[in-house]
Amino acid sequence: MKRSAIRPSIPERSDDPLVEVSLVVNGQPIKRTVSVRMLLSDFLRHELGLTGTHVGCEHGVCGCCTVHIDGKAGRSCLTLAVQANGCAIRTIEDVASEDGALHPVQQAFKECHALQCGFCTPGMVMNVLSRFEEREPLDLSEAGIRDLLSGNLCRCTGYINIIAAVRRAAELLGRG
Amino acid sequence: MKPPLFRYEAPRTLRDAVAILASDADAMVLAGGQSLVPAMNFRVAAPSLLVDIQHVEGLKGIAIEGNEIVIRAMTRHRELELDSRVRRLNPLIAETMQHVAHVPIRNRGTVVGSLCHADPSAEMPLLFVLLDGTITAIGPDGTREIASADFFQSFLTTSRCQDEIVIEARLPVLPDGSGFAFDEVTRRHGDYALVGLGCVLSLNDGGHVHDIRLAACGISDRPVRLRAVEAALNGKLPDSSELAIAARASVDAVTQADDMNTSMSYRRRVLSGLIQRLVPIAAARARAGYRQ
Repeated sequence: MKRSAIRPSIPERSDDPLVEVSLVVNGQPIKRTVSVRMLLSDFLRHELGLTGTHVGCEHGVCGCCTVHIDGKAGRSCLTLAVQANGCAIRTIEDVASEDGALHPVQQAFKECHALQCGFCTPGMVMNVLSRFEEREPLDLSEAGIRDLLSGNLCRCTGYINIIAAVRRAAELLGRG
Repeated sequence: MKPPLFRYEAPRTLRDAVAILASDADAMVLAGGQSLVPAMNFRVAAPSLLVDIQHVEGLKGIAIEGNEIVIRAMTRHRELELDSRVRRLNPLIAETMQHVAHVPIRNRGTVVGSLCHADPSAEMPLLFVLLDGTITAIGPDGTREIASADFFQSFLTTSRCQDEIVIEARLPVLPDGSGFAFDEVTRRHGDYALVGLGCVLSLNDGGHVHDIRLAACGISDRPVRLRAVEAALNGKLPDSSELAIAARASVDAVTQADDMNTSMSYRRRVLSGLIQRLVPIAAARARAGYRQ
């Protein structure tokens, strides 16, 4: 009996409506024509090659894809790229200095061993960073830090060292 | 975990937005997307057309008009939570919003979007039912105002017609001398509530409760005013024996069947516990003249 040939079933042409998206990513103006259903997380990773933004759950629970949208932390998997039209996006790639010197929040994560596999770390750093950059008062008690981190899941290190890192970051930033 | 195919429009005027929405019976309104985009990623929602209202003129910001706080359609949760005027005029709002998901979600999600999504476990619909907030929708036939009691109809279902856009929602300023409290029980802070409870009350000179309002989420297919409990507490001192009696009147309000999160009987116990815990907090705040 003759076996049928293995053939990919990918259509040659996509029916996706396209849209032009212009935005500023890490200070750089970007213009791309993409599918209207492309998520901002996929836009950053696939269109721009910024793979520091991680994709975990794709429904807003894990927090790994957190980036800054117009200066505020947001889930890039719950934002369509086209929704970010005209916005300024900042990703983890923009946090350390160009010479490679770590930002105090990154330095604190390093010093406190606040990561193991590192998958959740970009989202953690972007979330924590946005809260330090916000002018609102921060509750730096253990309960307050746990609350601050409650939208980011870590599945290996556990949270003890991450909480210590937030406290250390506050010291380094003069917010302790 | 990618959304299905759809068309996308981003009108600049309300007139265009209404016309585009009315042109397609399977079109949906996109505001912050914090409920709709995950629903689309799961393919629970598959609109043929998304009408993104973020660029529509006149839908941003918060205004204080007389005794009302006006929340326009594109107001993000976090904006309302941090607004200093709102914190002064109705501190229950910020207290409740601490429980709405997490800050990165509140930075993007809109208050009006949460109302239109109408999850029966969500906090903002509860707040509107508790305070008799109003919702203003515009459609091809004009503008209408909808009372919260009429707006929330069932699980993820409101009285907004498919071709209507909610342009603003209004919450009252808390009356002088009133006490308030909100809390909820969740498995993890920021998750949807197993049971949430909001309370507003006043005390007369003798310390007796009057004008108490109680509303709960997570117990039914929509947020519920606990009128039997209110009736049992009005005119009474908010002491533990009266509270225990009144809390028993909350049993029938819990109609949510056992589900993967918890059982009906546990929800009943939690609701009773929240009533007995929060009414004294609200009463203490009323005594302290919290809003002066």
